[in-house]
Amino acid sequence: MSAYVRPDNLEEALEFLSEQPRILLSGGTDFFPARVGKPIKENVLDITGITSLRSIEMTSEYIKIGALTTWSDIVQSKLPPAFNGLKKAAITIGGIQTQNAATICGNICNASPAADSVPNLMALDARVKLQSLNESRILNLEDFLIGNRKTLRKPNELVSEILIPHPKESSYGNFEKLGARAYLVISIVMVGAVVELDKKQTVLNLKIAVGSCSPVAKRLKLLEKEAVGQKIKTIRIEPKHIDSLKPIDDIRATANYRAKIIPELLKRVIKGVVKL
Amino acid sequence: MSIIENTSISFVLNNIPQRLSVNPLSRFSDILRDHLGLTGTKVGCDAGDCGACTIQINGEQRYACLTATGQLEGCDVRTVEGLSTNGSISSLQKAFLEEGAAQCGICTPGMLMAAQSLLDKNPNPKKQQILDALGGVLCRCTGYTKIVQAVIKAGKGLSNKQIDNSISSVGTRMEKVDGIKKIKGKEIFGADVSPKNSLWLKAIRSPHFRAKFSHDDPDIILQRFPGIKKILTEKDITGNNGFGIYPDIKDQPVLAKGHVRYRGEAVVALVGEKETVESLNDEDLGLKWEPLEAIRGWDAALSGKFEPVQSEIPDNILAEGYLKKNDVKKGFEESFKTAEGHWITSAVEHGYIEPEAGYAEKVGQRLNIFVCTQTPYMDQAEIAQVLGINANQIRIIPSAVGGGFGGKLDLSLQPLIALAAWILDRPVRCIYSRPESLASTTKRHPVRAFAKAGCNSEGKLTAFEYHGDFNTGAYASWGPTVADRVPIHCTGPYFVPNVLSKTRALLTNESPSGAFRGFGTPQAAIAHEALMDILAEKMGMDPLDFRINNAIRKGDKTNTGQLLEYSVGQVECLESLKNSWIEWRKKSLLYNTKNRTLKQGVGCGCVWYGCGNTAMSNPSTMRVGINHNGKITLYNGAVDIGQGANTIMIQICAESLGLPATQFEFVMSDTDLTADAGKTSASRQTFVSGKAAQLAGENLRAQIIHLAEASENAFLRIEENKLIVKDDSGEHSLILSDILPKSNGDVLIGEGTFDPPTTPLDENRQGDPYATYGFGAQIALVEVDTLLGTTKVIKIAAAHDVGKAINPTQVEGQIQGGIAQGLGLALMEEYIQEYSENFHDYLMPTVGDMPDIDIILIEDHEPLGPYGAKGIGEHALIPTAPAIIGAIKDATGISIHHVPATPDRVLKALHDSKLYNV
Repeated sequence: MSAYVRPDNLEEALEFLSEQPRILLSGGTDFFPARVGKPIKENVLDITGITSLRSIEMTSEYIKIGALTTWSDIVQSKLPPAFNGLKKAAITIGGIQTQNAATICGNICNASPAADSVPNLMALDARVKLQSLNESRILNLEDFLIGNRKTLRKPNELVSEILIPHPKESSYGNFEKLGARAYLVISIVMVGAVVELDKKQTVLNLKIAVGSCSPVAKRLKLLEKEAVGQKIKTIRIEPKHIDSLKPIDDIRATANYRAKIIPELLKRVIKGVVKL
Repeated sequence: MSIIENTSISFVLNNIPQRLSVNPLSRFSDILRDHLGLTGTKVGCDAGDCGACTIQINGEQRYACLTATGQLEGCDVRTVEGLSTNGSISSLQKAFLEEGAAQCGICTPGMLMAAQSLLDKNPNPKKQQILDALGGVLCRCTGYTKIVQAVIKAGKGLSNKQIDNSISSVGTRMEKVDGIKKIKGKEIFGADVSPKNSLWLKAIRSPHFRAKFSHDDPDIILQRFPGIKKILTEKDITGNNGFGIYPDIKDQPVLAKGHVRYRGEAVVALVGEKETVESLNDEDLGLKWEPLEAIRGWDAALSGKFEPVQSEIPDNILAEGYLKKNDVKKGFEESFKTAEGHWITSAVEHGYIEPEAGYAEKVGQRLNIFVCTQTPYMDQAEIAQVLGINANQIRIIPSAVGGGFGGKLDLSLQPLIALAAWILDRPVRCIYSRPESLASTTKRHPVRAFAKAGCNSEGKLTAFEYHGDFNTGAYASWGPTVADRVPIHCTGPYFVPNVLSKTRALLTNESPSGAFRGFGTPQAAIAHEALMDILAEKMGMDPLDFRINNAIRKGDKTNTGQLLEYSVGQVECLESLKNSWIEWRKKSLLYNTKNRTLKQGVGCGCVWYGCGNTAMSNPSTMRVGINHNGKITLYNGAVDIGQGANTIMIQICAESLGLPATQFEFVMSDTDLTADAGKTSASRQTFVSGKAAQLAGENLRAQIIHLAEASENAFLRIEENKLIVKDDSGEHSLILSDILPKSNGDVLIGEGTFDPPTTPLDENRQGDPYATYGFGAQIALVEVDTLLGTTKVIKIAAAHDVGKAINPTQVEGQIQGGIAQGLGLALMEEYIQEYSENFHDYLMPTVGDMPDIDIILIEDHEPLGPYGAKGIGEHALIPTAPAIIGAIKDATGISIHHVPATPDRVLKALHDSKLYNV
């Protein structure tokens, strides 16, 4: 069996996966950097030939983002304002070269703690559709991601779509990413949120998640609960809201620094959802 | 593991249909370069971090290094080679050439393709759109300013500048003589060429900071891996297994002997087929490591608790620097105010986008070595002593150099490929991977310093003391030079009557620290400029006025007691910034009254820096020849590493010879063809080699005038094989083809040598260490987000006394590029072994991090320099970080004592200051 396959339809891809485990390749922006200076000899399933997976589709239930949808596709698509955070994240990923190649699905499946899509997709209540030759299942993104570089994807499955329930009207997304330079930034801390507001800018619903501060980005459920009914301007961030986060020291910043700026970024994200 | 079969892949490349049978998982950058021979697409990292490989796929910019070739089926691909049509360059390329947007040229193809992708969709983009489009390509030379200008210009269709070089060339904005190759992707860098049957070499390096090691017998390994032709170990070294830049210190082994002293040190080298040398791991070689306790940092080096790094140096003190002028104790006693502090700076990576690369080939009993280097003549001698052969058996042919900044002054791959080619009698090539380049080559010295300054009641400096410990890593590299250069410059460009300075270069089990743009003075400048700010504040004086008040002037004596008589433009530099200083300060104060958490501030940094080697002879020789066809060739021994030596040497020589610069061709630093023009370091090429180029032109002119029996002020012109000399008495023709050619084929050759006059320094380091100094000052306007600790540099104004700007475009390019590196030093660059071995964890400024830059060129004529010129390369970087750190203080009140001022350090300082509720 050839070590590199590039089928043009999903069924064939799933058949290849059923035969033996293969590394999935799409945009290549995580695949190649992990293999600098080494010859590549793994079994690879290149899914970029399955053009049907490059799509953003509206169904009655979901907004479906196909597995090959790139960050640039997200930037250029007309999407509800709840996706503003995801769009903002898109233009901070690498350079435009990366945005043109990298897929958000790949960003999820690579499962880096600093994956830019994840806090936004968590705030959008995203699910992932996993398909194998004989089975298809839908998991909440939060359940799908189980650790640093770890997901519930089985070796014979691929994530074919990201499914996002239609956001309520008057839902607005926002994203803040703090890094140490202007472009080609890997985040020190990032926050993604979707806020549903009434006309007086009272919070009807908040979903907010923090990335780069735990092995998997985390929703802040207590803050989400307590924010409901409050005016957007007056939401206060308290230590208890973020005590589930476990920031660490790394070369990008100290844990202490991360802990200090999380509340500030949360505030900026929430207040920035609408131009006040 | 499986074998990946070749696959047939069809696509259109630069409008030509292609059908290839290749490994579909190959990075497309490799297929372009190795399979299709299109080396215009450069590889700097293989990880999507640098952008040098940017190409267009279906009109969109993409990284070729992250594209599996199999994915190109049916795609339309364009590379830099496809930008020119029918041999004529595009308007974007033309704008790059005219604006001086290419310096070394290694990022240029990537920049062009990124910019073209934007212009294809949006012919007249806004600046922000240009920044976004170029954000994925790193440039380490230009500071991006001229690149952005070029894109704006191409968008507006303004390209068409005419420069008249026919009468005078010095002082004009002549386009780079090698610029056309750079913007067409035709320039040949170290990785771009090698003989067809070359073997590949890869060094196996230590993953430990300090360790003992052993490995299987190479003969046994060779039997197991037929793709390997030779495994080089220290036993194969035919001469001395040690190199280093000093004649008496050859402490770094080419291949370690049983014991490694830093992570990244080479232990064996595999030579053979590419795939096999790349795939072998430690297990395959039977490599066994026994990690030992490593010395990391200043305290460990000085503690005496550990086995010394090098057994011959029990206290780990490799070198000490010293300077004493008058009586610093008395000076402080008489001071009205004093200021003092401790400062720490981090290891910094040069970050050239071209990794080390080249090949060696045995030709008879000689070796040709094609390699990226800043110092071909020193390489020649160094490699010869490693191989145990004569220096004249080595010919160094420098490739175009894709950035150096001091990092290509030390040997890297040269002795390995030389040894392999010598032993195997086969050409051997090597290209460092980015992680290998980062781990194994030198860094800027991390410094821990104490500095103190005093002034009298008039605000005149009275005394200055500096103590600096420089972490020089496992081997000497340029550690002693840094320890020596810093004391001389430690005060900054001020007159100080009493000075005491002591420095130490300490050995540790870290990356060797070497030469990096400024040889330690950028680190020292952070301290001296902070002290100026504190003293000014204590005196209630404006910081700029305080500096003007103390700036060194003609007639003053330096820290070494050297009387400065000419070309001391420090006061003019500072004065020229005064209007901006006042205006920016006023605006930032106003801004701060309106903003509670965003704070703006303005800071100033100053520089002086001696051009050339310290207190020693460092001559350059240049030759210029005319052949029987009237072809003029400058034999330029001064390596152009992007700064533009190839161009300005011609400008200078053309001026003194009296023939148009545009008629010149050149040979760069081929040790068989050019004379020794020393190292491209110490800001010496314009001043020293430039003077030699002037003298060579004068020498040739004198020969011509003599032969033609014409008067001194005659006009020269070349018409085919005739050299026509016209003076008041009429036209005299020299038929060049009638003159007997010399051994190199030229019929007339002029030669010039210049060695800048210096004196040895006495025991207190008093004397005249440099023939001239460059001066400068920069001011920075920054904004600090006091809730996040982030700093944005908004504007920088830079005034530099360069004596004479031989080519103002290139001088500006040096300043803009220096500012970018200074900004990186101040805010983001920190090399941490093991963790920063790629360009996404080692952060350098991107196009979006750059401020607007105003440049003021001061030309205080240097009588010794060519047409008054002196150096600028290092001067440009030195004042930037102090200006930014000073501006952060002006904005927030906090003093940064540990650079880079990353957001976490700034926020901690804000918190500790209790000035802010963070």
